[in-house]
Amino acid sequence: MINWRAKEKIVQIILLLFAFSSIVFLTGIIIVLFKEGLPIFQKVGLIEFIFGKEWYPTYYPPEFGILPLLAGSLLVTVGAMLVAIPIGIFSAIFIAFILPERLKNVVKPVVELLGAIPSVIYGLFGMKILAPFLQDVFGLPIGLTALTAAIILGIMALPTIVSLAEDALSAVPSSYRDASLALGGTRWETISRVILPTATSGIITAIILGIGRVIGDTMTVLMVAGGAAVIPESFLVPVRPMTASIAAEMGETPVGSAHYHALFGIAIVLFLITLLFNIIADLAQESFKKKVTGR
Amino acid sequence: MIRSKLYLILFAVLLLFSNLIFASESLIIQGSSTVLPIVQKAAEVYMEKNPDVNISVRGGGSGTGIAALLDNVIDIANSSRFIKDEEVQSALSKGIYPVPHRIAIDGIAVVIHPDNPVDDLSMEEIKKIYTGEITNWKEVGGPDRQIVVISRDSSSGTFEVFEEIVLEGEKVTAGALLQTSNGGVINVVTSTKGAIGYVGLGYLSPALKAVKVNGVSPSKETIISGQFPIARPLFIFTNGWPEGITADFINFILSAEGQKIAEEQGYVPLF
Repeated sequence: MINWRAKEKIVQIILLLFAFSSIVFLTGIIIVLFKEGLPIFQKVGLIEFIFGKEWYPTYYPPEFGILPLLAGSLLVTVGAMLVAIPIGIFSAIFIAFILPERLKNVVKPVVELLGAIPSVIYGLFGMKILAPFLQDVFGLPIGLTALTAAIILGIMALPTIVSLAEDALSAVPSSYRDASLALGGTRWETISRVILPTATSGIITAIILGIGRVIGDTMTVLMVAGGAAVIPESFLVPVRPMTASIAAEMGETPVGSAHYHALFGIAIVLFLITLLFNIIADLAQESFKKKVTGR
Repeated sequence: MIRSKLYLILFAVLLLFSNLIFASESLIIQGSSTVLPIVQKAAEVYMEKNPDVNISVRGGGSGTGIAALLDNVIDIANSSRFIKDEEVQSALSKGIYPVPHRIAIDGIAVVIHPDNPVDDLSMEEIKKIYTGEITNWKEVGGPDRQIVVISRDSSSGTFEVFEEIVLEGEKVTAGALLQTSNGGVINVVTSTKGAIGYVGLGYLSPALKAVKVNGVSPSKETIISGQFPIARPLFIFTNGWPEGITADFINFILSAEGQKIAEEQGYVPLF
């Protein structure tokens, strides 16, 4: 029988290997991404790739300008945030301060459950119910538009935003709240002038992680955004976000062709954008921790 | 303890040899989702007749299929387009000699919403609609309604054929909605009054209205006779001239029975 010290050591090594594995996967993904994607930048140039207005990858000569795709992604993301941020933050305030404890333990898990629904189901809902509805309301030639995608993605981002924002609000020490109330502040004054400012960076983290979910979503935008690679002039036209392009085109693209590298090029752009958002979220989280713990 | 390990080993050995025990030979096929229904059905019938053969058929797209053939991991690649020059170059450098076999013809029908009164478009008109020159149905004798152009994403085999035959290399308007499958096109066309799209002949249904092209409606007869202009051959590719079980299976698809299967799946047989 081996002694407990050796056992401890073995368990430690196994855990280390597992912990290390995600770093290995991440590194692997990054290496593949850049290895397959960088050739396109040599071919068309970074500026031309990002700011080119024409995405015609299979023509002769092919054109690899991803601006319409980038614009599609950004428009849908901004729209989704316009939907999700107000609803998300007000829900979080309501859950954190107004709802009785007993109901809070029901409502919060239900909101979080919204996040467990697979995106293809959101897509079906958007395609079959929301799109025809918007088509009627606005008298559009087609209901699959940036707005449709933005609304659905906004709903999809809600669980992340509500849950994390509520955590941030609840993490504000109750002494802050008590002090404000004791000084004669009303409940709304306490929430808007004391708690929200304290929790700002935590709420920013919540919003940014919500954005991360939206910008990376593929299935829903593939189903409801319409898929036209034009630079959108309004919310009511079809768009083709970056993720949808990659998913739609990869299957039939000859491996190793310029088009194939261009799709990986888009993936690099997408990866850098989400990485940036995650770094900002991390920094905001740090500053929030400092604020509430006073260190 | 020892006994359970023995069982485990026995099980692993069985697993290893299960192919040999249950099916002495196997074929792996991959590629175009357009060709898939024919080959899938043909494989089922073929396996019923030859229980010792195991055929697995996967989709994934023409490009994926040909790439897999080039990597020598499959026996047959399905493709709804001919192999491209760059793929041939890549094949030769890997020592692979792709051989095409024509197995059926696919007609591409231009479809509109059933409520749309337009029923005849010329190739020129279709081309102008898809390049964005014509944007309203009234320009082609329909109601005053904006045309919603539905296309397939630019790497699909159906798109490539449509582009070659109808657009003659010109660009589809950037405002076209790109769908990833025949099903996606049908979905949008049936729910959008002003839509125009194109699908394989096998996907026609009463929910869609197939327009006449240059006065010819799409059907098996008009495609075989060559009157209907938008048609394409479907291929399967093998590495080198097929032998043994691969050759036998291809002969089956090309036999009267195999061609009947292709027809049942909604395609046009070679004879």
